[in-house]
Amino acid sequence: MFGLKKSFSVHKGFGLTLGITLFYLGLMLIIPLSTLFFKTFSLTWESFWATVTDERVMKAYQVSFGTAFLAAGVNLIFGTLIAWVLVRYQFFGKRILDALIDFPFALPTAVAGICLTTLFAGSGWVGHYLELAGIQVVFTQWGIVIALIFITLPFSVRSIQPVLEDLNPEVEEAAISLGANRWQLFSRIIVPELLPAAFAGFTLSFARALGEYGSVVFISGNLPFKTEIAPLLIVTKLEQYDYTGATSIAVVLLIFSFITLIILNSLQSLNRTWKSRN
Amino acid sequence: MSQHKTHKLNRPGEGKLTKFVLISVALVFLSVFLVLPLITVFYQAFKFGIQPYLGYLSDPMTISAIQITLISATTAVILNTIFGIAAAWLISKFEFPGKKIILTLIDLPLTISPVIIGIIFVFLVGVHGYWGEFFASRGIKIIFAVPGIVLATTFVTFSFVARELIPHMQGQGNEEEEAAILLGASGFKTFFLITLPKIKWSLLYGIILCNARACGEFGAVSVVSGHIRGLTNTLSLHIEILYNEYNIVAAFAVASILTVLALITLIVKKLMEYSESRDLEALEPAIAEVKA
Repeated sequence: MFGLKKSFSVHKGFGLTLGITLFYLGLMLIIPLSTLFFKTFSLTWESFWATVTDERVMKAYQVSFGTAFLAAGVNLIFGTLIAWVLVRYQFFGKRILDALIDFPFALPTAVAGICLTTLFAGSGWVGHYLELAGIQVVFTQWGIVIALIFITLPFSVRSIQPVLEDLNPEVEEAAISLGANRWQLFSRIIVPELLPAAFAGFTLSFARALGEYGSVVFISGNLPFKTEIAPLLIVTKLEQYDYTGATSIAVVLLIFSFITLIILNSLQSLNRTWKSRN
Repeated sequence: MSQHKTHKLNRPGEGKLTKFVLISVALVFLSVFLVLPLITVFYQAFKFGIQPYLGYLSDPMTISAIQITLISATTAVILNTIFGIAAAWLISKFEFPGKKIILTLIDLPLTISPVIIGIIFVFLVGVHGYWGEFFASRGIKIIFAVPGIVLATTFVTFSFVARELIPHMQGQGNEEEEAAILLGASGFKTFFLITLPKIKWSLLYGIILCNARACGEFGAVSVVSGHIRGLTNTLSLHIEILYNEYNIVAAFAVASILTVLALITLIVKKLMEYSESRDLEALEPAIAEVKA
């Protein structure tokens, strides 16, 4: 099949599992994805460019990229801090918190959306205090950032946590006994070890945040030019039967998620070769 | 595991103040972002008491949403589990060209916006889509009907079982399976008697996670469903409709079902990690013996 040659293995079931895998990948993944590909080629360059550079679309991209970047940045810092606290310290309720980190991953996005909106609205438990401080979250771009922080938190914590757990304590002990202070220890020993994982977590969070829809539509208020994200605009175009418009916006978004996926993969292989060299 | 614990004592100490500040910041952040949202669901759902809560759940529209959600989640779980096991077996037991491409393809659905997945199916099998004519002439409605919801849900949750199984099966090694095969066991016998007991926890977690995500899928389903009440409404879409009608308590009552499902998923994950560390500890004397 396809001239595939496997190297020798005593295991059985190569043909069967390869068959199932390729059939399923083809039917469920390749055919649907190629549809979008063909659809893209049916667009004319002029109409594509006109849609993508439309003021409202540009603004939606700006909102999507800006909020996704900000949320991934916040999680880079707090994700590292939380991973550090969970790995290094003992405190009451740690196991439950550790388990809860995956909560946003398991919770449906629509539920996340209505929860966060209720919580951060002016009448909500948190929003009430923020409003006293003069900060409005719901129906502003801050709301989008809050939703995206919630959605992508597991990705950053879970990327960094295993690296922190595997950190060799002897290296730190050596550094301390050679006279390094705590700041030097952190910035010269720990940060360089964490950097690839932290960046991978950042990229994954960014990619997820860019496409997020369910949680954002509730909290953002969906005001054109203000809190309208790119995925929402795709849905709007589709509801107006503007298929070419929807495709054009989707293609740009898809290209960016593929670029982040490529960056992520090369980061991981870079990390692996770097590790094996040491 | 125990190695880490003994070392932790020798770790160069950080100041008590640093530790206190870091733990406090983490606790405040996690309380605002994880604990309070969790409490909000149940607080809002039971705001009017138990009786209205049960009333919202037994509403015919809710029941029909539960049915459609179950149909699509069950289909997605069954298909993706068969695929996940086959793909994990293929990846962990054989070396062949193109393995990396298959791995990348398995990850792909995770990086595509759910909304884009939705429009892909509209283009593919919608009335004006490439195959629209084919299905329409046979009287089969896919988009704005249940089959479309099933398709979109299956696509979105494509990766979950495979992604859980592949690292576990790769990490566990193949010695026992090789022994079984060399002793004359068939491929299926090897799988059911040797591999399945080894991977049962990660398989269970993969299935539960796939199920939770399938039940809660929103973006893709929202595009293909058409939001027809009682006909193409899943639980997530039902929540959206109730919420937009300012029927907040009812929305949270329905949301509480999915939240419980998410919590069960977290518990299964913890159980999986616990059983893994127990297996590892049981192996430790043997490893020490080999090392000595």
